[in-house]
Amino acid sequence: MADQARFADLAMPYMDALYSAALRMTRTPADAEDLVQETYLRAYRGFGGFKDGTNIKAWLYKILTNTFINSYRAKKRRPEETDLDDTEDFYLYRRLGGLEAAAAERTPETQVLESIPEPVVKEALESLPEQFRMAVLLADVEGFSYKEIAEIMDVPIGTVMSRLHRGRKQLQARLWNFAQERGLLPEPAAAGGS
Amino acid sequence: MDCERASHRMYYYLDGELTVWRRWVITRHLNRCPPCAQGYDFEIDLRQVIAMRCRDTVPPDLKRRVADALGLSATDDA
Repeated sequence: MADQARFADLAMPYMDALYSAALRMTRTPADAEDLVQETYLRAYRGFGGFKDGTNIKAWLYKILTNTFINSYRAKKRRPEETDLDDTEDFYLYRRLGGLEAAAAERTPETQVLESIPEPVVKEALESLPEQFRMAVLLADVEGFSYKEIAEIMDVPIGTVMSRLHRGRKQLQARLWNFAQERGLLPEPAAAGGS
Repeated sequence: MDCERASHRMYYYLDGELTVWRRWVITRHLNRCPPCAQGYDFEIDLRQVIAMRCRDTVPPDLKRRVADALGLSATDDA
């Protein structure tokens, strides 16, 4: 029973985080719930293999990721590549007027950022191709290092870096599009505005 | 260090995945180049906004189901 109590102490506090990640992966609450439950069952069964002193959070995410890949992901392997590859650095920042010369009159970019509502951010992240989505989720939402992500996703670190790089840029492009569609952006300061 | 390189290395810098030396070179550039520094700041803010907006709370029912399935005594936090 000691093991059971230890598992509860170590693993249960991560359920909110795992559930959030599961929602981004599966994109539906019912599947996310199943995925989390399955993850905890597998983690519990495999708890003997967990080494004390290693990172329980990364260990749980690895199980979550594997379970997702094996059970929930659509089987067809569509290529995840898209053609946004050459999106420039600071994509969103530039769109919002940063790095531009006439900076005096613009709305502070950060203010625009703060105004982007939760559903839009979630939708933008969930709209990314799976491999990119997972990398961005693990790095930017969960704060894992490249090395940890490489272990969780079972890919080389170089792959993590390129997925992250492209995923982040795509995310910015999607955020920009969503924000535009929803009229979240300030009116462009046209000459002689009313 | 020029602006282009500072922008290409931004993610490695923000991810804390650079050597001390490379980190220092970029920090020095940022201290001297307000446009780059603002770009970096924006990316930091963006990351925080993304992380904050992507937090969900487990439905209490699921918490209970998992605890039951594992035979853990249901902690009374519902």
